[in-house]
Amino acid sequence: MNALELKGVSKAFGEHEVLKGIDLEVGEHDVVCVIGASGSGKSTLLRCVNLLEPIDEGRIFVEGREVTAPGVDANQVRRGIGIVFQAYNLFPHMTVLRNVTLAPREVLGRSRAEAEADAVELLRRFGLADKRDDYPDRLSGGQQQRVAIVRALAMRPQLMLLDEVTSALDPELVGEVLNVIRELAAGGMTMLIATHEMGFAREIADQVCFLDEGVILEHGPPSQIFSAPREARTRQFLQRIVEAGRL
Amino acid sequence: MAHRQRAGSRVAGSRSSRILGGGGAGRSTLIAAASTIAFFGILVLVVVNAPGWPEVRESFFDRQIFQESIRDIAPKLLVNIRMFLIAEVFILVFGLAIAVLRSLPGPVFFPVRLLSVAYTDFFRGVPTILVIYLFGFGVPALGLSGVPNSPFFWGVASLVLVYSAYVSEVYRAGIDSIHPSQDAAARSLGLTHAQSLRFVIVPQAVRRVIPPLLNDFIGLQKDTALVALIGPVEAFRQSQIEVAGSFDYTPYFATALLFVLMTIPLARFTDWLVARQRRRTR
Repeated sequence: MNALELKGVSKAFGEHEVLKGIDLEVGEHDVVCVIGASGSGKSTLLRCVNLLEPIDEGRIFVEGREVTAPGVDANQVRRGIGIVFQAYNLFPHMTVLRNVTLAPREVLGRSRAEAEADAVELLRRFGLADKRDDYPDRLSGGQQQRVAIVRALAMRPQLMLLDEVTSALDPELVGEVLNVIRELAAGGMTMLIATHEMGFAREIADQVCFLDEGVILEHGPPSQIFSAPREARTRQFLQRIVEAGRL
Repeated sequence: MAHRQRAGSRVAGSRSSRILGGGGAGRSTLIAAASTIAFFGILVLVVVNAPGWPEVRESFFDRQIFQESIRDIAPKLLVNIRMFLIAEVFILVFGLAIAVLRSLPGPVFFPVRLLSVAYTDFFRGVPTILVIYLFGFGVPALGLSGVPNSPFFWGVASLVLVYSAYVSEVYRAGIDSIHPSQDAAARSLGLTHAQSLRFVIVPQAVRRVIPPLLNDFIGLQKDTALVALIGPVEAFRQSQIEVAGSFDYTPYFATALLFVLMTIPLARFTDWLVARQRRRTR
């Protein structure tokens, strides 16, 4: 059984078709990277998976259960799927600890002591223990993004969606966030990652999908996609990345 | 982003003494003082040399009547203070409730949204004085049992109805100003729409709108004088009584002064909050 499966998923914003019949499978403990130009639909794809955007056509299965079926409680589904955004989206009026414990306490109904013990343990694991009482605006971008990852992990998700989590960071801060993701992958976390970091995708992904104008044009193991892409569009895209010095 | 924020705080710092025109140097203080003396000097000269000044001075600024009337009026100001303190509590709650109802998404809540829009349109449109007349005279006249008919009650109720409409718009502006990505982050963690509002959206929105909210309350404080027109003897009504007794308008001047003194603390507090907020948002 796949951790995540998309069948013919389509999504349009008004006249603009963003996703056109996406088929995608993410196996248990797999890391799948979605690459493609800006505006190719990567973010929308991720937002559709955790039902932040309603889809127009197709079906989405999480752990074999269809989450796009009528009558499915979206709040229930989202508890099991963590998403991390490009712009961190931490809650600025809450301390780091409160950011991390809000959902476990209010959604899962865990006690304060229990949720905080759990949060502190996660923060410690990712080198953020001393930041627990700080407000987000005191932290660097890299620290904020790591807190955002911890906030998602605190819900014990079976699946993590990472939406260009390093794109808003200064170059010297990218590494610390990528290290966190490496650690998650090593721990067997199932992840669907939209990214512009091609070197990272090549290193960490089990599968790479090239998304082009709302269609998955090509997918395969990173060795094949990056070294011997079949499609002309993929070659073009990778060529531009190489020219920009990003691969 | 960090750069922009830091630049913002520098700008805020240089704006910290707006009344003096900033700068802080001794020279600009000197210019400010000179220009102030010149300006107000000319103003005083114009007024004092006006042909009607002697009569105006006598009927508006009579020292003895001022001292006598203010002694009677000042205690009545407590009635105004009581009115706005009671009203403010209800306005804060009702205004927020109306704003939240208006922000509920989806077609199911259309009638709720419609109702809250109709409410704000109506009570912002009708002059406060008419609302006070309609409720203060109309409802007690119905003679319903169990309904209070004290003019104080209906005066405060009218202020609550009118100001809740204004304040709900302030809250709504605050809620709208919170970026949708905050809601997305909350919902992605499994929080319901109501939980997202309660824990994430509304707390941030309220913080942002405290200054404009207090500004509305300054308006409310002086509008308590309107309630006098349906009966309760508060500061303004007392000054009317004093004027009727002395055939002199000085009690009005005394009352005006009292109202200004009453609103100044809140006005300064609002300024202080704005300044503090500007320092904090880096």
